[in-house]
Amino acid sequence: MSSMPKKKQEYENVTPDTFLRGLWRENPVFVMLLGMCPVLAVTNSAINAISMGLATSFVLLMSTGLISIVRHLIPKQVRIVTYIVIIASFVTIVDYIIQAISLDLYNALGAFIQLIVANCVILGRAESYASKQKPITSMVNSLGTGAGFTLALFSLGSVREILGAGSLFGINIMPAGFEPWVVMLLPAGGFFVLGAWLLLFAFVRMRKEQQEELGEGALVHGK
Amino acid sequence: MSDTHIPLTDVAANSPEAEQQAVPKTPVMAMFRTLTMTALLSGFLVVMVVQWAMPYIEANQKAATEAAVFNVVKGATASQSFVITGSGIVPAEQTDQDGFVVYGGYNNSGELIGLAIPGVASGYAGPVHIMFGYQPELEAITAYQVLTMTETPGLGDKVLTDENFLANFDRLDARLATDGSALANDIVTVKSGTRQNAWEIDAISGATVTSNAIGQAVNLSAQQWLPVIHQHLDSLTLDSLTMSEASE
Repeated sequence: MSSMPKKKQEYENVTPDTFLRGLWRENPVFVMLLGMCPVLAVTNSAINAISMGLATSFVLLMSTGLISIVRHLIPKQVRIVTYIVIIASFVTIVDYIIQAISLDLYNALGAFIQLIVANCVILGRAESYASKQKPITSMVNSLGTGAGFTLALFSLGSVREILGAGSLFGINIMPAGFEPWVVMLLPAGGFFVLGAWLLLFAFVRMRKEQQEELGEGALVHGK
Repeated sequence: MSDTHIPLTDVAANSPEAEQQAVPKTPVMAMFRTLTMTALLSGFLVVMVVQWAMPYIEANQKAATEAAVFNVVKGATASQSFVITGSGIVPAEQTDQDGFVVYGGYNNSGELIGLAIPGVASGYAGPVHIMFGYQPELEAITAYQVLTMTETPGLGDKVLTDENFLANFDRLDARLATDGSALANDIVTVKSGTRQNAWEIDAISGATVTSNAIGQAVNLSAQQWLPVIHQHLDSLTLDSLTMSEASE
């Protein structure tokens, strides 16, 4: 007895772009600046960053899939609370799975696993995409967004670990005389590296746009 | 309050909204059904996963504790956990009573060679949980390990690696006073480079707060539990059940 007014639904087809835009054009971290809390907090080493990215991606994939399946059954008055309960269930599941896999990893990620519940990347995807699209489309899109999130976390984590500890995945890669920049492992380092990456991404995007404009201009002139 | 501006008609609460937008009635049943089903489903899912994961988690925790015990009691090949209750010290498997848990470390022939005792104190960024090894024969602390902490990387976490700091725990004096009710000397952390006595811990400069926390954690635990442990040293035997498990 869902009494939602029947709107005209516009379903997207699954295209490569459904997946790819999460990686680049709508990257949750570098473009949309969502979910900054884990981005800054647990990217002090590459392995922590990847684990956090994968955990978030799993929750994102499962919860948007489920939300998309049951989207017609959820009255809009209680949609947010339903999303949160669904997300929280998968977060709890991930929490236990990580404990079962490795206690060290669990201790390293700390409270940030539980905080995935409040990660706005997931709630954002649920509200703006999964609640309006078919399950397959939603899951492909979530996979892309999750991959983009993991990629972003890894970009931060690897740089911070290399500069802050002189290693990558725990393996020493810097020359013997290298003095680690401890600040990179501290929260401040997260801001520095995030700022640098955002700068780089903005620069690349600007260059691309400028070149496109130039290219179009040249074509116009050539005619 | 805006209530005062609503004209008083017989259906005051709903009518202004209803007139403006003709909102359909709140779908109470659908809301109720959705939330109940969601809650049931998620409860079911979580329970399933917990059922599956619990044995693994317990095994992980046991392995972590055992690794810590073997690390602080050098040469131990078997361990046994004991609960300190009001009436004495009993093996953890034989009691339901809550109490402070200590771990005995045993060599191949089943003799107690040391105890691993947990402790906790506030560090710079949160609680520092440690475990230290105590040798009853020497009446000294011979090793320590951090279980969990959130100290600053590169500064506070030097307590894990700094050789001079770790050297403090080579026979750190933990003798009991003559009446056996407390330590003869408080274990204290002193300023870096000023260690004079065997019961003092040289702090690391730059990690003073964390060094202090470890000293405090050791001292608190030792003051409280070493007298009890010494009274009941006889009950700290490796029971045959664990022996057979260890030898298998």
